[in-house]
Amino acid sequence: MKSTEEILEILVQQFGEEHFTLGGGDIGEQWITISSALLADAAKFLRDDERTQLDFLMCLSGVHYPKEEELGVTYHTHSTVLRHKLTFKVRVPESKPNIPSLESVWKTADWHEREAYDMFGMTFDNHPNHTRILCPEDWEGHPLRKDYVQQDFYQGITTRE
Amino acid sequence: MITDTDQNIEKKEMVINMGPQHPSTHGVLRLELVLNGEVITNVKPFIGYLHRCFEKYAEEVKDYSKVIPYTDRMDYVSAMNQEHGYVLGMERMLEIEVPERVEYIRVIVAELQRIASHLLGIGAFGLDLGAFTPFLYCFTEREKILDIFEKTSGARLLYNYMAVGGLMRDVHKDFKTETADFVKTFRPKIKELNDLLSYNQIFIDRTAKIGVLPEKVALNYAASGPVLRGSGVKWDLRKDDPYSIYDRFDFDIPVGSGEVGTLGDCWDRYIVRVREMEQSLRIIEQALDGMPDEGDVMEAIPKRIRPNEGELYVRTETPRGELGYYIVSDKSANPFRVKARAPSFVHLSMLPAISNGALIADMVAIVGSIDIVLGEVDR
Amino acid sequence: MNTIVNITSLPSILLHAAIPLTIILVYALVAIWGERKIAGFIQDRLGPMRVGGFHGWAQSIADLLKLIQKEDIIPTDASRFLFKFAPFMMFAASYAAFAVIPFSSSYIGSNINIGVFYLLAVTSILTLSIIMAGWASNNKWSLLGGMRSAAQMVSYEVPTIATVLTVIVVSGSLNLMTVTEMQSGNDILGFIPNWFIFQNPFLIVAFIIFFISILAESHRVPFDLPESESELVAGYQTEYSGMRWAMFMLAEYADMLLLSLLGAVLFFGGWNSPFGEFLSGPFWSFFWFMLKGLLLVFVMMWIRWTLPRYRVDQLMHICWSILIPLSFINLVLVALWELIF
Repeated sequence: MKSTEEILEILVQQFGEEHFTLGGGDIGEQWITISSALLADAAKFLRDDERTQLDFLMCLSGVHYPKEEELGVTYHTHSTVLRHKLTFKVRVPESKPNIPSLESVWKTADWHEREAYDMFGMTFDNHPNHTRILCPEDWEGHPLRKDYVQQDFYQGITTRE
Repeated sequence: MITDTDQNIEKKEMVINMGPQHPSTHGVLRLELVLNGEVITNVKPFIGYLHRCFEKYAEEVKDYSKVIPYTDRMDYVSAMNQEHGYVLGMERMLEIEVPERVEYIRVIVAELQRIASHLLGIGAFGLDLGAFTPFLYCFTEREKILDIFEKTSGARLLYNYMAVGGLMRDVHKDFKTETADFVKTFRPKIKELNDLLSYNQIFIDRTAKIGVLPEKVALNYAASGPVLRGSGVKWDLRKDDPYSIYDRFDFDIPVGSGEVGTLGDCWDRYIVRVREMEQSLRIIEQALDGMPDEGDVMEAIPKRIRPNEGELYVRTETPRGELGYYIVSDKSANPFRVKARAPSFVHLSMLPAISNGALIADMVAIVGSIDIVLGEVDR
Repeated sequence: MNTIVNITSLPSILLHAAIPLTIILVYALVAIWGERKIAGFIQDRLGPMRVGGFHGWAQSIADLLKLIQKEDIIPTDASRFLFKFAPFMMFAASYAAFAVIPFSSSYIGSNINIGVFYLLAVTSILTLSIIMAGWASNNKWSLLGGMRSAAQMVSYEVPTIATVLTVIVVSGSLNLMTVTEMQSGNDILGFIPNWFIFQNPFLIVAFIIFFISILAESHRVPFDLPESESELVAGYQTEYSGMRWAMFMLAEYADMLLLSLLGAVLFFGGWNSPFGEFLSGPFWSFFWFMLKGLLLVFVMMWIRWTLPRYRVDQLMHICWSILIPLSFINLVLVALWELIF
C-alpha cells in the first residue's frame, strides 16, 4: 500500500521533478498530473516497477476544462498485487490535443480512448484503431465538450423533437 | 483476397453481420464476423446503438440526485447495484454518515438484485446454447425477487430507490419475512439448476475450453467480476476494497478452476455466477439477522447537495463486475463530470482477443458467458 | 391378409392421396398445439389457454389463419423461382414418403415391394429443398443454415440406413406391410408381442441409434443446427414468412411423424396391437399405429425442451466416429444372431 505522495516520490526519482505535480481538491482524492510528453514512459514504468505494479487500469475518462481551454484525461489505476490506487492526469491544450495512447500498456485503454476521442476530440497518438465508438462515424462535434452544439440534422433526419 | 489463378475462381472470406438484430447479441450489438467456413478469423464489435448520453445528461440535469434515475437505465437488469455505486460516491463526497438500517437494506436489495441479474445471465446463456427450459426456470425465480422489489420501491425494473444519504422510502412491513422465505425456497433451486444445466454433458461440451481468457490477459484488459474470477483471480471488491458494510459479512469468493475444461473458459465464468448466488444468499441471511427493525431511512438525506470542489472515483461490485463512477465537482449544483466505467464495456472490448478461431456457435457462447448488458455498454 | 385395395381409377387415386394428407394436416394442427402445451408443462407454465376456450385448443387454427393472411415477402435479390418453390418441394417430399406407410391393417397408399428403399430415397429430397431455400434467400445466415443441413442430413442418412438395414436383415423384406405382418402375434414368453425390438437384443441398440439419427434427420434439438435460432437467426427459414414459412413448418412436423412412424413399423410392430388379437381390426390397428408414432413424436418434443444444442463439429463427430461405426458393427452382430438362433 502506497499513498499518492509516495508514488510521486518514486516517479520524481526516476524521471525528474519537472514533469509531475501533485493535485487535489477540497474533498475527494489526490492525483498526479503528468506532462503529456512523458506519459507513455511513466505509465509503462508505473505498471512494471515492482514498487508500484499498477497492473489494472480501472478507468480512463476524458474531461474538458473550458476555463483553461484544455482537454484532459484522468487515469485511475490500481495494483492487484500491492493493493494501492493511483489517479493520474494529463492535460493538453485544445488547440493541440495530442496524447500518447496507452493501449500498449493496458489493453483496456483501447476502447476507453476511443470513447474519450469520440466524446471530447483529443487525439491519441499511436492508437491502433482511432475511430469513434459510440457516435456514428459521420457525427459532427464531440458531445461531451462543454461548448458542444448539437447538429440540427443527421443524414437529413432532424435531431430535435 | 486470394485469387486462384488456375481456375479463375475468386476466393474470399465471408463477412457476416451478427446483429444489430440477432437473437443472441443480448440487445443491439453488432459483431462483424470474418468467416472461413464457420470458423471465425476476425471479429469486430460495433456498439453505440443504445447510446443515450448518460454522461451529458448528468452534467446538465442541475441536480446531483437527479442523476440516480439515469444510473438505473445503464444496466437495466441490475438497477439497484448501479444506484448503490452512485449514492456511495456522493455520500463520500458529502461526508454523510448513513444510518445502520439504510446500510443493511441497501446490502439486502443489492444482493437480491445480484441474484436476479445472475439468474437472467445464466438463463440467457442457456438460451443461447439452445436450452430453453432453464431460462424460464430462472425467470420464475427472478420474478419472486422482482415482486419483493415492487412492494418495496413501487417498480419492477428501474427502481430509483436509493437516495444520497438514505432511501426513497422504507421497505414494506413484510420485507423481512418475504426475503427470508425467498432465501429458503431458492437454495434448493440452485441445485436443480446445476442438475438441469450446469452439469449437462451437452452444455459442458459446448462451453468447456471455449473462449479461454488467461489471467494475464484478463488483468491487462481490466476484466472484473465473474469474468475475472472465472479466470481464477480471487478478486471481489466486496472483500478486497470493502464498501458499505460488506466487511461485516462472512462469505466466500468463488473462482473458476478449470473443473471441466481449461481455466478461464465459458463454463468457468458461468459456474462462478451460479456459486455467487449461493454466497449472496449467505450475505442476505446475515444481513436480515443484523438489520435493525427501527430507524428513519430518510433522516440523513441532505436538503441540498452541493459538494465542495474535488473529485473521486468510487467503485462497487455489480453482478457484471467493477462499476466505477468518476465524479468531479466544481462546487455548482450539478456535477462537472460524471463518467461511468461500465464493466460490460470493458468485457466487450476483449471479445476479439478471446474469440479468434472459434465457430459461430462458440461466438454465441462467448458473448453469453461474458454477460453483457448493452444499456451499460453504450450508456 | 389380403385386404389391400387395388388402386386403378383416378378418383380412387385421389381418394387414396387424400387420406395421408388429411392425417398429416390434422396431426400438424394437433402436434403444434400439443408441442406448445408440452413445452408449457415442462417449463412450469400453462402454454396457450385462450383461443377456443378449453386449454386453447384452437390456437394452431388461429395461427394458421394468421399465417394465411400475412404478406408474402420475397427478398429483392432472391432467386425468385427457387425461393417460391423450395417450401412446396420440401412438403411434397415428406408427403410422398407417406405413400408406403401402412397406416392400418387394411390401408397402405402404395403396396410396393421396395417400400423402405422408396421412403429413404424420397426423404433425401428434403435436403435438396433446404439447400434450395437457403441458397435462394440470398442471405448469409440462410446459406449457412442450408450448408449445415446438407452436411448434417447426408451424414445422418448413413446411420439411419445402416440401422434400417439391420431390420431388413431380420425381416428379409423391403415391403413395410410385410415387415409389419411379420411382427404379429404374442409369442415371446407367451405374452410379449413379436415386435422386432423384443426379438433381438442388438435391435435395441439399433433402435437407439436409429432414434438419434432421426432426431438429426428431422432437425430436432439437440441437432437442430440448420435452423438454430440463437445462432443462425432462423437458418434457411430466415427470409420466409406467411404461408411459405407455414409450409416449412408443416413439412417439418410431417417429417417428424414420418420418421416416427417408420420407427414404429420397423421396431414396434407397426399397426399390431400389443395385446394380440384383442383390440385389433382396421380401426384399432390405425389407432395403435398412430399411438406408437405419436409417442415417439412426444419423446422428440420432450428432448427438445430439455437439452441444449450441439455444435456443428460435435454433431459430425457423433455421427462419423460414434454412430456409423457402431451401427455397422451392430449390423454384423444382428446378422450373426439371426444366423445362430
